[in-house]
Amino acid sequence: MTDPVTRPKTAPVIHNAVGPAQPAGLSALPRNQWLEVWDQFRRHKGAVAGLGFFMLMLLAVGVGPLLWDIDPKYIDIPARNAGPSLAHPFGTDQLGRDTLARMISGGQTSVAVGLMAMALSLFLGTLIGVLAGYFRRLDGLLMRLTDLFLALPLLPLLLVVIMLFRDTLRSAFGPETGIFILIVAVIGMTSWMQTARIVRGDVLAIKEREFVLAARSIGTPDRRMITRHILPNVMSPILVSATLGIANAIITESALSFLGLGFPSDFPTWGRLLFDSTDYLQQYPERVMWPGLAISLSVLSVNYIGDGLRDALDPRIRGR
Amino acid sequence: MKLRTALRGAVAIAALAPFVVPIVAPTMADAETQTGERGRDGEVKIIYWQAPSIMNPFLSGGTKDAEAASLVLEPLGRYDQEGNPVAFLAAEIPTIANGGVSEDLTSITWQIKPDLKWSDGTAFTSADVVFTAEYCMDPDGGCAQLAKFEGVETVEALDELTVKVTFKEPKPNPYLPFMGGQSPILQAAQFAECMGARAPECTDANFNPIGTGPFTVKEFRPNDVITMEANPHYRDPSKPAFATLTLKGGGDSAAAGRAVLETGEYDYAWNLLLAPEVIANMAAAGKGTPVSAFGTLVERIEINLTDPSADLPEGERSTLTHPHPILSDGRVRKALSIAIDRDLLVEIGYGQAGRATCNVVPAPAMYASDNTDCMPQDVERAKALLDEAGWTDSDGDGIRDKDGKKLSLLFQTSVNAVRQDFQALIKQWWSDIGVETELRAIDGSVYFGGDPGSPDTFQKFYGDVGLFANNFDGTDPEAYLAAYTCEKIPGPESQWQGENINRFCDPAYDELIAELGRTGDLNERGRIAKRLNDMITKDTDIVLPLVDRGRVSAHSNSLGGVILNTWDSELWNVADWYRVK
Repeated sequence: MTDPVTRPKTAPVIHNAVGPAQPAGLSALPRNQWLEVWDQFRRHKGAVAGLGFFMLMLLAVGVGPLLWDIDPKYIDIPARNAGPSLAHPFGTDQLGRDTLARMISGGQTSVAVGLMAMALSLFLGTLIGVLAGYFRRLDGLLMRLTDLFLALPLLPLLLVVIMLFRDTLRSAFGPETGIFILIVAVIGMTSWMQTARIVRGDVLAIKEREFVLAARSIGTPDRRMITRHILPNVMSPILVSATLGIANAIITESALSFLGLGFPSDFPTWGRLLFDSTDYLQQYPERVMWPGLAISLSVLSVNYIGDGLRDALDPRIRGR
Repeated sequence: MKLRTALRGAVAIAALAPFVVPIVAPTMADAETQTGERGRDGEVKIIYWQAPSIMNPFLSGGTKDAEAASLVLEPLGRYDQEGNPVAFLAAEIPTIANGGVSEDLTSITWQIKPDLKWSDGTAFTSADVVFTAEYCMDPDGGCAQLAKFEGVETVEALDELTVKVTFKEPKPNPYLPFMGGQSPILQAAQFAECMGARAPECTDANFNPIGTGPFTVKEFRPNDVITMEANPHYRDPSKPAFATLTLKGGGDSAAAGRAVLETGEYDYAWNLLLAPEVIANMAAAGKGTPVSAFGTLVERIEINLTDPSADLPEGERSTLTHPHPILSDGRVRKALSIAIDRDLLVEIGYGQAGRATCNVVPAPAMYASDNTDCMPQDVERAKALLDEAGWTDSDGDGIRDKDGKKLSLLFQTSVNAVRQDFQALIKQWWSDIGVETELRAIDGSVYFGGDPGSPDTFQKFYGDVGLFANNFDGTDPEAYLAAYTCEKIPGPESQWQGENINRFCDPAYDELIAELGRTGDLNERGRIAKRLNDMITKDTDIVLPLVDRGRVSAHSNSLGGVILNTWDSELWNVADWYRVK
């Protein structure tokens, strides 16, 4: 509350949103709210490092294939089990496939699955959480639905879903895209429950606060109320579960590959690479390290980003 | 990394260099060391990573127990390393030719070697053989080897040294009772009180059976160590070469391998279930030699002759109503077969524990066809075959097509590191000849689970080609080959049960199987079995055998006479083992 830029002399403005006094002092310094968030975010060193690393990772898997054009599926038997060299900076696997190329191509899938599934579960979780928290009539129904999903054993559910829809999606979109859609949908639809519960709790608390009451008293419709007053205030728990969601999605995807339900076995993902290398842990430990590092570092960096964002978005912490 | 690899290579070469010599040496030493006084070579130490817990194979289904017992107890006949029957306590193997097996295949008459003695000095007679059959067939007994006596009507002693086994119906393969390490002869005098329900109570007899084999039990500690000494009444006065034998049980496969190959503490390690690279690293220490032998386990690709397309209604997918649009053509199947480099698959997946094969029945020698039609890899011929079949790449995308349909296959297998490597390799070879392959790996318990509700079982075969391994018990392939007859085709009406997953149906094949069931002469049986094998491999290519998977054991470089055998106990010829000097 000490920042001279954000807190001009004409402070009463806040207390009277409908009053005519509003523009008076602020017009001189039209400071965007997001710039402010960024200012705060920058102070969190871990978050900045995490963001930097994650961007680098996205860049590597996005632009990497243009620079490193070895086919990740090409089997070169004479070159198998090779250590790092100029031709293969990360070495090759037991069939002579280039590990760097496989890491890049696996990263594309893993990161894409992680982000998309996270987005889906976040959307579902937030929607259900806000609706349940805000509308009393929907609360019981939606929360029992959440309980139902939490109580469902995940694995048998996945088995059934994949069994039912695999062939349909495969013939509609081809084996790889079809499975991608299926996996993103399956992971997204089975991991929204925690988000929904947290969001509902926060919405319930915020709903009773004075500023919401005030807004209601001037006739703000529910739609505006939710988007303008409730959502921005529950942003931080949502972001935290988003960061956890990415990690969760990457790990679930590799578990599915392990069960033979995920992508085809020669389609590299970080989880698949890790699983394939565990057999060679003793002879070629570096082969486990690459995908292991990639998974843990991206999960860690995303967690730091989430941490920094939470601090930056919370007006009570901001500025401290 | 490079340095480490280089160092390891240097160590391996250094270790292997002195070890080239002994490979030649034992063959020369054979003749001189095999004769001499009994017990001249001191002690031999054997390690089994599964510890024997009983010395009576009739009371245990475990291989480890039957193998430990085979040091002491002997059957009338055993199978040698080729799977051929050899006489042990019998004077010769009865056949139709020598009159031992009756013309109508309902009885077999064994002639016992004269002057055989048990290790307590008493005479071995036909009464002991009859007793053994009664012991195992006792309805209260719960004999673990009862299957060996299936269909036996009577076992009678014709005189002191002659035993006749009569079957309820004609038995083309009468060599089940009293043959092999799982069906040895017990001494009637020792086990007389242990019939039926009392069998497990005779602890002393079960732990220290009196036998005719080269060794007798001195001390038996269940699930730990067995110490043995040479049988003073063994029929060959110059055998065994070792005075004492220690059989240590327990630990794991890697530790057992290390004890023989790396540290040299033990002379023989049984069944090393280890990755080829791990065994090679151990062998580089130079103390011992891994040996491999091959049974009937064959890793193969089975081809679906019916259409598994998801566009077909449920209940019609993968059934005889819709022949496969691509794989019904034998030329395509042949092309897929010869595009595969089987030697490379062996090198990558199994090392010493595998060898390339083109046959569904790779052994025993009597039944194994000499077909090597699928080797070597011939990409040009494969391409020519596909061209001939009308599959050409008309749109230039690298994948062949015909009438607007792409030459694209769904390749299923179970989740297993070696199988996934095989899938990736085969996919690349097939893509070289213009075949697109989609890989699918299914959890083993689902794939082999046989649940009619699951679309992913190997019986349902909602894929075009499937990779897995299969084998048969014992030495006779009749039941195994009969899996490819028309009546064994799985389908919705049979709840998707049935072994003929290729949906192969050829009346000539069925006729030949029926003929095999009527034939008793071993040579004739061999001829028919080879013909059947060729019909499903080189003639039609509905099965693409890849690798004959064997078993690896290890012996120290100073132990001679080891002949690894997958048809009988690995210790079947322990009487002939000796110390290389």
